[in-house]
Amino acid sequence: MEARKEYFSSSRLDGENETWKQIPQINNDLLAPLHQFSGKYWALIAFLSLVVAAGAAAWIYQIETGIGQTHLHLPIYWGIYIASFVYWIGVSHSGTFISGVLRLSHAEWRRPITRISELMTLFSIVVAALFIFIHLGRVWRFYYLIPYPNQREIWPNFRSPLMWDATAIFTYAVSSTIYLYLPLIPDFALARDRMSGWRRPLYGLLSVGWSGTQIQWRWLLMAVRIVSILIVLVMVSVHSIVGFDFAVALVPGWHSTVMAPYFVVGAVHSGVAMVAVGLYLARRYNRLDRYIGLEHFDKLGKIMIAITLSWGYLYFVDRLVTWYGKTPEEMEVIDSLFYGQYASVQWFMVFCNFIYPIVALSVPSYRTWPLGMMLVGLIINIGMYLERIMIIVPGLGHPRLHYAWTRYFPSWVELTILSASFAFFALIYLLAAKFVPLISIWEEKEGRIHGAK
Amino acid sequence: MDYTDQNAPPGGPYRWGMAVDLDRCTGCEACVVACHAENNIRISSEEEAAQGRQVNWIRIERYWEGDYPEVRLKFMPVFCQHCGSAPCEPVCPVYASYHTPDGLNAQVYNRCIGVRYCGNNCPYSVRYFNWFEPHWEEPLNAQLNPDVTVRSVGVMEKCTFCVQRIRKAQQTAQREGRRVQDGEITPACVQSCPSDALVFGDRNDPKSRVAQMMKSDRGSKLLGSLGTEPAVTYLKKEK
Repeated sequence: MEARKEYFSSSRLDGENETWKQIPQINNDLLAPLHQFSGKYWALIAFLSLVVAAGAAAWIYQIETGIGQTHLHLPIYWGIYIASFVYWIGVSHSGTFISGVLRLSHAEWRRPITRISELMTLFSIVVAALFIFIHLGRVWRFYYLIPYPNQREIWPNFRSPLMWDATAIFTYAVSSTIYLYLPLIPDFALARDRMSGWRRPLYGLLSVGWSGTQIQWRWLLMAVRIVSILIVLVMVSVHSIVGFDFAVALVPGWHSTVMAPYFVVGAVHSGVAMVAVGLYLARRYNRLDRYIGLEHFDKLGKIMIAITLSWGYLYFVDRLVTWYGKTPEEMEVIDSLFYGQYASVQWFMVFCNFIYPIVALSVPSYRTWPLGMMLVGLIINIGMYLERIMIIVPGLGHPRLHYAWTRYFPSWVELTILSASFAFFALIYLLAAKFVPLISIWEEKEGRIHGAK
Repeated sequence: MDYTDQNAPPGGPYRWGMAVDLDRCTGCEACVVACHAENNIRISSEEEAAQGRQVNWIRIERYWEGDYPEVRLKFMPVFCQHCGSAPCEPVCPVYASYHTPDGLNAQVYNRCIGVRYCGNNCPYSVRYFNWFEPHWEEPLNAQLNPDVTVRSVGVMEKCTFCVQRIRKAQQTAQREGRRVQDGEITPACVQSCPSDALVFGDRNDPKSRVAQMMKSDRGSKLLGSLGTEPAVTYLKKEK
């Protein structure tokens, strides 16, 4: 005991003492957003709720009258609902990629980013899963997709990529919830000890009796490590399977072996870009400048360059193989994309996804400009959304029998539901930001202490 | 397919098929009208048709052949090809699209949940979706065929080869302990074709008209290179 006291009070370790003194400061700073509610916050919540309500009303209207409220028609049977589904699954790769991969590679700078991106993962899966239901023609019969025992012995068709999808999404949702929850336990315990009011028993329940003993820490760290490995595997497989939805189909422009890796990289592209947006907003509105530094934006920017290059490469490969193969029906799709009716959207998409990020992020001073990083994040996300549509619609609009060629533009119901999906994502994120510390407190402290050595 | 059916017809299973003689087709669309009447196909409004939502289980595609001034107008009736290796079947997550033992590509309306993947994956674009609850104006509602289901909103539908007529003939033949005779079954389109361009029958019966026509050197399959093994053969003289 004496020896320990001496150890901590010795002037030789002043630097380390300084670090230990920061701990209460970190606790206070990072828990502060949980009980600061401004008028602006409630106004934003109210606005987003209104948009979500409009979307819900549009969906109910669509269920009441029929899926014909979309502008889908033969042979374009999939439109922006499926594009949104693929897009939101893509955004969900933010957390798993940034947090999972960086945790595994022991990247120190990940600490303030992990929680922000893990929350994104979970919420975007929720939104993506909603789109599966919104898209169904008879949503009131959705349970036919579930393999439940029934008297007539009818089973779902596991040869269908949609069943692979349903299985993958379910696995992904469960595992990312676990992945979000595990590192939250010590933070919930901290909140339990420091918060009062109605939230206290809730945090108590969620922190499952965490008291911070050595054994608990050992188990927790081991669990986080195992789940990190698993979640990275799940991440790769989930979007590969979403890619299979298209790759196994006969539709020209879909039927390509590059789809699985292309989808995974595209997903990571939009996911990491979304993290840049989230990072900027969290820093700006929760006053976390001391925790989310310019260094983090810089490092994120470097990762984004690598992802942009991979995306560009796979995009090029996809087009090159098609062009080299010169199958007439595939070339009709390519022609419509490159200089036909979809050319403007297509080239705008390439600008958003490749040209702008590459040019902007290659400039070192741009990467340390938080607002600019948010902008590049938004632009990539717009680009990736358009890319999803450009995969789905032109191929369907150019079937092999030219008689059925057609085009598609979404209806007001589809557009309302689309805007509501973004509002819903923002809404649950904002609500969660008042319940969950946006930066993992214990990881931040761990970083300060170990980093000080 | 391993399948034993105690009601199986004597002499092995049927395998239904159709032959379309394009050199005989005049593009009169009598088949389209007959199909509408027989199969309770909903009548699309002008607005729906403009949206590309008109339903014709059999449709006449019009193509121009040759270069000006020697152009020739060609008609091609396109309907479900009842593929032996159908792209629509494996992608359905709930087995609403499945293959019957006698070679029909069937659609189970009350199993369909409307994911529309089958419609995307059909290279012939012949699967039609019910965007809204169908309705028939007076007095058309009085002429619905009682043998055919009226499809509700949110399900996929398509040509059935007039399965109600096939089953009726099969049951009659079964009662009488014989096979269905060639020509005993005529789907509505075949029945109404004035130029006899459409022929329906059992492909497993080598003496049937359809089997004979399928052997013709004018014959080919629509988009045969895809390997979908259609049950429909198109006959056309090569120039």
